[in-house]
Amino acid sequence: MGGGWLNGVKRDFTKEEALEEYLFFLADDALILGQQLSKWCSAGPVLEQDIAIINTALDHIGRARLLYQHLAEIKGGATTEDSLAYFRDHMDFRNALLVEQPNGHWGDSIVRSFFIDTFNFYLYDALRNCTYAPIAEIAEKSIKEIAYHAQWSAEWVVRLGDGTEESHGKVQKSIDDLWMWAGELFESAPVFEVLDPSFVAFPTLKSAWLNKVDEVLQMATLARPEDDAWAQTGGRYGIHSAHLGYILAEMQSLPRTYPDATW
Amino acid sequence: MGTNISLEEKFQAYVDAENKVEPKDWMPEKYRKTLVRQISQHAHSEIIGMQPEANWITRAPSLRAKLILLAKVQDEAGHGLYLYSAAETLGTSRDQMIADLQSGKAKYSSIFNYPTPSWADMGTIGWLVDGAAIQNQVMLTRTSYGPYARAMVKICKEESFHQRQGYEVVMKLAQGTPEQKKMAQESLNRWWWPSLMMFGPSDDNSPNSEQSMRWKIKRKSNDTLRQEFIDKTVPQAHYLGLTIPDPDLKWNDERGSYDFGEINWDEFYNVIQGNGPCNKDRITHHVKAHEEGAWVREAALAYAEKEAKRKENRTSAA
Repeated sequence: MGGGWLNGVKRDFTKEEALEEYLFFLADDALILGQQLSKWCSAGPVLEQDIAIINTALDHIGRARLLYQHLAEIKGGATTEDSLAYFRDHMDFRNALLVEQPNGHWGDSIVRSFFIDTFNFYLYDALRNCTYAPIAEIAEKSIKEIAYHAQWSAEWVVRLGDGTEESHGKVQKSIDDLWMWAGELFESAPVFEVLDPSFVAFPTLKSAWLNKVDEVLQMATLARPEDDAWAQTGGRYGIHSAHLGYILAEMQSLPRTYPDATW
Repeated sequence: MGTNISLEEKFQAYVDAENKVEPKDWMPEKYRKTLVRQISQHAHSEIIGMQPEANWITRAPSLRAKLILLAKVQDEAGHGLYLYSAAETLGTSRDQMIADLQSGKAKYSSIFNYPTPSWADMGTIGWLVDGAAIQNQVMLTRTSYGPYARAMVKICKEESFHQRQGYEVVMKLAQGTPEQKKMAQESLNRWWWPSLMMFGPSDDNSPNSEQSMRWKIKRKSNDTLRQEFIDKTVPQAHYLGLTIPDPDLKWNDERGSYDFGEINWDEFYNVIQGNGPCNKDRITHHVKAHEEGAWVREAALAYAEKEAKRKENRTSAA
C-alpha cells in the first residue's frame, strides 16, 4: 500500500476523487436515513405523524436521487442513480453511522432525526454558497424542506422531553444511547483539505449544532451528554456497523436477483 | 308518528331532487348509520390498505419506484384522514371508529386481507384494486351526502393517478425479461378474482343496496359496477399480453359486454368473516402500532396541556 493509505483506508485524494467522496457523504446519508424512516409507514403513533414521517422520507430519498444523478453524470459510462444505490456494497457506502442505527421506538427515531436534521440544516444552508454549482443548486432546492425537518424533529424532542414522566425518561435514554453516534458527524476527513472551503468541512458546523441542541434540550428539560464523549466513527471511510448489511440486503434484493431487468 | 313520516318523506323528496344532505340537516337515523358504516369502512380500507404496499417500500427496485410508492401510500393515509373527518361530521369520533376497527366490529375492504409476496403486486394493486375502487368512487362523487361526495372528488383524482402508475409498473414487467413477465402474470392470477369481489355480493344477495340506492348514497348496483370494471379491464390485460385467469371469460356481442365465470362467494364470505390469509396480521399490526404509540400520544397531549397553561399564565400576568 502506498503512503496515501492508513490502516487499509485511502487517505489522499485528487480533487476529482474528493468531490465524489463529498457527494457520497451527502447522498448516502440521505438515502439510508430515508430508507430507515420509510419503515415507519403504517406504524406511526397517530395517522397525522405517519403522513409527516413518510413525507420526510420522501424528501430524503428525493434529495439522494438528485445527488446520485449528479454522481452518475460525473462518473459517466453505465453508472446510474440506481446502480449507485443498488449495486454498491457496504464498504463503498459513506453515510454516517448515525443514520444506520435502528429505528427503535418513536423517541429513538426522533432523536436520530433531530441530530442529523440539525446537522443538515447548518450544512445545506452553508452549501448554498458552494462554488460548485450543482451542489449549491441542490442545497438551494432542499433547504426549505430540511429546515422543516429540523423544526419537526426538534418540536418532537421538546414534546417528548416535556410531556409525561414516561416520555421524558424514554427520550432521555434515546439521547444518551445515540450520543456516541452523533460525534462522527463532525469528524474531520482528508477530502475537506483537498476541496475549497465552500465545500463545508463538517467540523466547522459543530459549535452551531451544539448550541442548537443545547437550546432545544433545555426547552425539553433534557440533559445533554458531554460533548467530548467518545464517538464511534468509520462510516465516512466505509467501515460500518452490522446494521448496514441488513439495510442494503433488504433494499438491494430485487435488482440483484434480476440484474438484467429494468423496472 | 305522523310528523316522523312526513320528515322522512320530505327527506326523500329532497334527495330525489338531487340536493346534497349536509351535516346539520335532519336525516333519518338509518341514513346516518348507513353512512357512518360506509364512510368509516372506506377510511379503514385506506388505512389498512397501506400495509400490503408499505411491505414493498424498503425493497422497491429503483429509487424512482420507491418515491412513487411512498407518495402513493402517503396519499392513502391522507384519504383515510379526510374520510375519518367526513365520518366525524355524522357524530362518531375517530377514536370510536378506530376502536371498532380493532375490535372487528367495523370492516374494511376484503381485498387487503390478501398478501403481497411479489413486487408485481405493487403494479397489480394499482391497476386492479385502485381501478375497482375508482369504478365505485366515481359513482360516489355524486352521492347524496355532501361531505362524502366532496371528499370523493379529491380522492378520485389521486386514485386515477395511482391506477396509471400501477398500470405502468405492470407494463414494465409485461414488456420486460421472461422472469418479469412471469411475475406480472402470476400476480394477475392472484388478484383478479379478489378484485371482482371488491364490488360486493351480487345484487340478489346485497341486503343494504336497495335502501342505499333509494337514498342515492349508492347510484349503481354491485353487479353493474363489476361488469363495467371487467369490460374496461379485459382489453387492458390483452394489450399487456397477459391472460385473465377465467376460462369462461368471453365477449358477448349481444350484451356488448364480457361474460365471465362464477365468483367463489364461499371465499368472499370467509375472508370477510376473518378467514383470509392476512386478516389477523393486518389488525395485529394496526393494534401494535396503536399500542406502541400510546405513550407518544399521551406525551403530546400532556405537553399541549402544559403549553396551554403556560400561555394562560403569561396572558394573566401581562
